[in-house]
Amino acid sequence: MLKNRIIPCLDVKNGRVVKGINFVDLKDAGDPVEQAKIYSDGGADEICFLDITASNENRDTIYDVVERTSKKCFVPLTVGGGVRSIEDINKLLNCGADKVSINTAAVENPKVVLDSSKKFGSQCIVVAIDAKKNGDKWEIFTHGGRNNSGLDALEYAKKMEDNGAGELLVTSMDRDGTQIGYDVELMNNIASNVNIPLIASGGVGNLDHLVDGIKLGNASAVLAASIFHYGKHSVQEAKEYLDSKGIPVRI
Amino acid sequence: MKVTIVDYNSGNISSVINSFKEVAKDKVKVEVTADLNKIKSSDKVVLPGQGSFKSCVDALNKINGLTETLNEFAINNKKPLLGICVGLQMFADIGYEETETKGLGWIPGKVSKIDNQNGKYKLPHIGWNQINIVKESKIFENIENNTHMYFVHSYEFIPKDKNIISATTDYSSNIVCAVENENIFGTQFHPEKSDKIGLKIIDNFINV
Repeated sequence: MLKNRIIPCLDVKNGRVVKGINFVDLKDAGDPVEQAKIYSDGGADEICFLDITASNENRDTIYDVVERTSKKCFVPLTVGGGVRSIEDINKLLNCGADKVSINTAAVENPKVVLDSSKKFGSQCIVVAIDAKKNGDKWEIFTHGGRNNSGLDALEYAKKMEDNGAGELLVTSMDRDGTQIGYDVELMNNIASNVNIPLIASGGVGNLDHLVDGIKLGNASAVLAASIFHYGKHSVQEAKEYLDSKGIPVRI
Repeated sequence: MKVTIVDYNSGNISSVINSFKEVAKDKVKVEVTADLNKIKSSDKVVLPGQGSFKSCVDALNKINGLTETLNEFAINNKKPLLGICVGLQMFADIGYEETETKGLGWIPGKVSKIDNQNGKYKLPHIGWNQINIVKESKIFENIENNTHMYFVHSYEFIPKDKNIISATTDYSSNIVCAVENENIFGTQFHPEKSDKIGLKIIDNFINV
């Protein structure tokens, strides 16, 4: 039986791990390579790096981080943040990333998803969707949540599936950093509308939120950051908890 | 001993390289190349594969003499070869991804899309799934039955001769996830991404 996945996400800036509360007020939580190794040894099903390096001159730091991590961690590694082109994707994959997540570039130029999934295979193309509720629908935001594209999240998700995305990483901008739980309504609406796996993200504050993401949000995988890296819970604890709630996990 | 990972532009093979180097340490030489003479002189060959069946077959055929060299290595000389993911799928006669494409024809059978039962099963089949070992295989030495392995694929290999199947996994149906036919080994899952147990499978192959 296929298991639901738990994916710790590390926000990386200038080669160091940070985690933002609503994308501001960053704290340093250490070396990404060491952190990733701790997670993979602790049973993480995958590792995700989100590169939030702002300045162009430091953009190359992520390649070094990915290269060093992939020599130590033998579980899948997804890298996102600032991925603009086929060339960026190629470079990350060559450094040892197994999947690349594309956010703003996919909104601005959906063809990049089409082209990259053709070139590298759907299995390594994750489309990251940042969505915010507006009335009775959700809209897609870009540039780390700063710009409203006005696009409808459900329609956009379907389009990305058609363009060859292998997975969708859906973040609720309303919930990110709040620790009040995933927007399970958003997750479920998208998950039931596409045939590719959905990774839920944004808002996890306790282990019940992970359960909700899978049971109510219909997510194939749950991504979380702060509950893991400030030592609140280990990945193993999370898995045991999910298991106790009847959710299939790899223990 | 020398193990060669065939680098035929089949997509991302860095994880395969990293995992083999991790297991091999200094005992075994790991080469990454498409050089025909280097492949011929290897003791073992790894055939990775990412992307579509068609793109991988096309990439193999683009390198002059590569399929012939692999044929000679695996079929005539019966030296150990491990196919991973699409690398395994290419053992088939034919694949149906994108368009009908001829495979290597080493193991009679076809590669077709997993039946998602009208959307009941998400595709690609991504994540950790248990393997059901159905026959003894050298690459499963000291691997427990029902161990989890990491999968990413939408197509499955359906061999004609069920006796070559060494493991299956349950996703929509019993999907063939490992084969062994004399010196030819294949895994649909990614041992290079399946943590310590995956590395053990790689170690087993190196020690075949």
